Amino acid sequence: MTIDSARGAPSTGADDASGTPEASPELIQLLTPEGERVEHPDYPLDLTPDEVRGLYRDLVMVRRFDMEAVALTRQGELGLWASLLGQEAAQIGSGRALGERDMVFPTYREHGVAWTRGLDPLKVLAMFRGLSNCGWDPAEHNFHLYTVVIGSQTLHATGYAMGVQRDGVLGTDKAAATIAYFGDGATSQGDVNESFVFASVFNAPIVFFCQNNQWAISEPLEKQSRIPLYRRAQGFGFPGLRVDGNDVFACLAVTRKALEAARSGQGPMLIEAFTYRMGAHTTTDDPTRYRLEAELEAWKLKDPIERVKAYLVRNDLADTEFFDEIDAEAKQYAADLRRRCLELPDPEPMAIFQDIYAEPHALISEEQAQFAAYLESFETEGSGS
Amino acid sequence: MSTDVLTLGKALNEGLRRALEDDPKVLVMGEDVGKLGGVFRVTDGLQKDFGEDRVIDTPLAESGIVGTAIGLALRGYRPIVEIQFDGFVFPAADQIITQLAKMRLRSQGAIKLPVVIRIPCGGGIGAVEHHSESPEVYFTHTAGLRVVACSNPADAYAMIQQSVRCDDPVIFFEPKRRYWDKAPVDRSGEWLPLDRARVVNPGSDVTVLAYGPMVKTCLEAASAALEEDRSLEVIDLRSLNPLDIDTVLESVRRTGRCVVVHEAPVFSGYGAELAARISEKCFYHLEAPVLRVGGFSTPYPANRLEEHYLPDLDRVLDAVDRVMEW
Ligand SMILES: Cc1ncc(C[n+]2csc(CCOP(=O)(O)OP(=O)(O)O)c2C)c(N)n1
Ligand SMILES: [Mg+2]
Repeated sequence: MTIDSARGAPSTGADDASGTPEASPELIQLLTPEGERVEHPDYPLDLTPDEVRGLYRDLVMVRRFDMEAVALTRQGELGLWASLLGQEAAQIGSGRALGERDMVFPTYREHGVAWTRGLDPLKVLAMFRGLSNCGWDPAEHNFHLYTVVIGSQTLHATGYAMGVQRDGVLGTDKAAATIAYFGDGATSQGDVNESFVFASVFNAPIVFFCQNNQWAISEPLEKQSRIPLYRRAQGFGFPGLRVDGNDVFACLAVTRKALEAARSGQGPMLIEAFTYRMGAHTTTDDPTRYRLEAELEAWKLKDPIERVKAYLVRNDLADTEFFDEIDAEAKQYAADLRRRCLELPDPEPMAIFQDIYAEPHALISEEQAQFAAYLESFETEGSGS
Repeated sequence: MSTDVLTLGKALNEGLRRALEDDPKVLVMGEDVGKLGGVFRVTDGLQKDFGEDRVIDTPLAESGIVGTAIGLALRGYRPIVEIQFDGFVFPAADQIITQLAKMRLRSQGAIKLPVVIRIPCGGGIGAVEHHSESPEVYFTHTAGLRVVACSNPADAYAMIQQSVRCDDPVIFFEPKRRYWDKAPVDRSGEWLPLDRARVVNPGSDVTVLAYGPMVKTCLEAASAALEEDRSLEVIDLRSLNPLDIDTVLESVRRTGRCVVVHEAPVFSGYGAELAARISEKCFYHLEAPVLRVGGFSTPYPANRLEEHYLPDLDRVLDAVDRVMEW
């Protein structure tokens, strides 16, 4: 517990920005924390039992994968990990809403979205193992590189969407929407605000998906905003809404509709997924220095996986055998992933000089040759003595 | 007793504390500097003792942080800004380069902007991308900014206070991989002026110029060189702009040989300025060209490669061999 946790910002109506979602009538929810299905007039959602079970499997798999990555970091096998714990529904719901042609611009925490795009989680591990500065081809899964510099990717996403618009495919069956992920803290950055302006002015086919996990490292939301984040959109001239980010059904339905609107040429939309960062910011962070355990306990009751499980049980859509199978599958998957991670070779020193320019570059070639000779001088020294 | 042993991080922390105590106009601001005490704990405990009005957790926006620091300075405050990592100073580049550096000139000397921008810099901690950069030359190249780099706890403690007292903007580089290094700290207040270099290891064969994280590497190289009967004079430049060229030239005129070491890429790096200036000012004293040891002309690599990228003792000694055998 931190000593001065009671000393918040001067009261400025900031409660509005961070208050409990239940208290806010604007929150879109289709599945309560207890697993009860609620209807929303604007977001009808018909899922087959298989689809619901599929979402449950996704949630469990990415949580298990994330857990394994945390363990690998603790054991020194990864340099760092940014855990998605608590944000599985926001990522799986929005990720499963995407069509194949849609394009994703993630932050560094979007492991769940990566999963829905079919990106091998090993590639994400490789980056955090320090083998590359990202290292996948964005075109392969329509999933752009992870971006570490807060907010930058929102402009790239907007420009990409402007490109789709210029292709003249909106409203056709070749239409593609773009989705930009970012956090609550990122909403303070100039780049994010500029991307809102550009998206608005050009009516770009983009969905801004903000995972408000209540924290930007040690800073709570009231350090970034006096109003709920989704309401910012209005000032920029496009719709914004708040969805229960721990409700995979609602995240799916809301994102699906926003993507459809973008594809049909109706322009941008901001979705604020109201959720919670259940873990540390990254594996180097110690949240006990700045937040209260009680907050965590309250959010545990809103767990994104438990509520789908409760729904499945309540409606007789799954039995113990099913849950056991998924758990076993996740466990096996994590074990395989760990093994594959440990087998990843370290890059060759000469990799430092690769992929910097598309065209030949004299200085890089010169330095590369010099460094190769330098390394070789040790080898000959070693074998000579 | 005014001397005790501190880590470099703790020395900065105590220096900041003194600055806050000495002048009520001093402020500390940045991301996570308050309750958390900074990701490296350099501002640990300061918000608790000086309050949220003076130690400010800002919104996550570097341009906003530096821009508002300028405004606070215009209103008579002396803000100390923390940029969380080197790679994140760039969103603030416009405010630093077009505004902070030039406003005094534009007011024809009417305005003073005593803003300190602290930047943990350099690699070697196994971090992810953008957390290991050495962006010093972007700022040394910008007239109107003073640029300094501390390398040890004693300097950290003194230089941060001197920077806060300085009436010009100061870009203050902290060698993040040395935050945990311990050494005695002199609290007497009788310190070398901020803009002066220091000979940290006297020697006679080769002058080795370094700053920030590389000073320690060069001191280790000097010890190793001694085994081969080579005497390296290591100079910690401390201030990159202005540069204490006299201390450098005095040394090079004696040794006749010079090696410059920094983590940043060699091409267009700070060493280029040093090499050019030394060649110009003591050409006839030189027994060999000034050699530069630094990073490659590549982006900072993924951390499993950083040991190859970063200059180390061997690379320094290799350059020493080459100037000796020229
Ligand atoms: C431009 C920039 N400044 C600072 C940082 C350091 N940093 C990394 S994550 C982070 C907080 C981000 O918070 P938020 O946007 O809410 O995303 P979350 O980590 O909660 O997913 C900060 C300050 C950074 N990566 N980029
Ligand atoms: Mg956040």
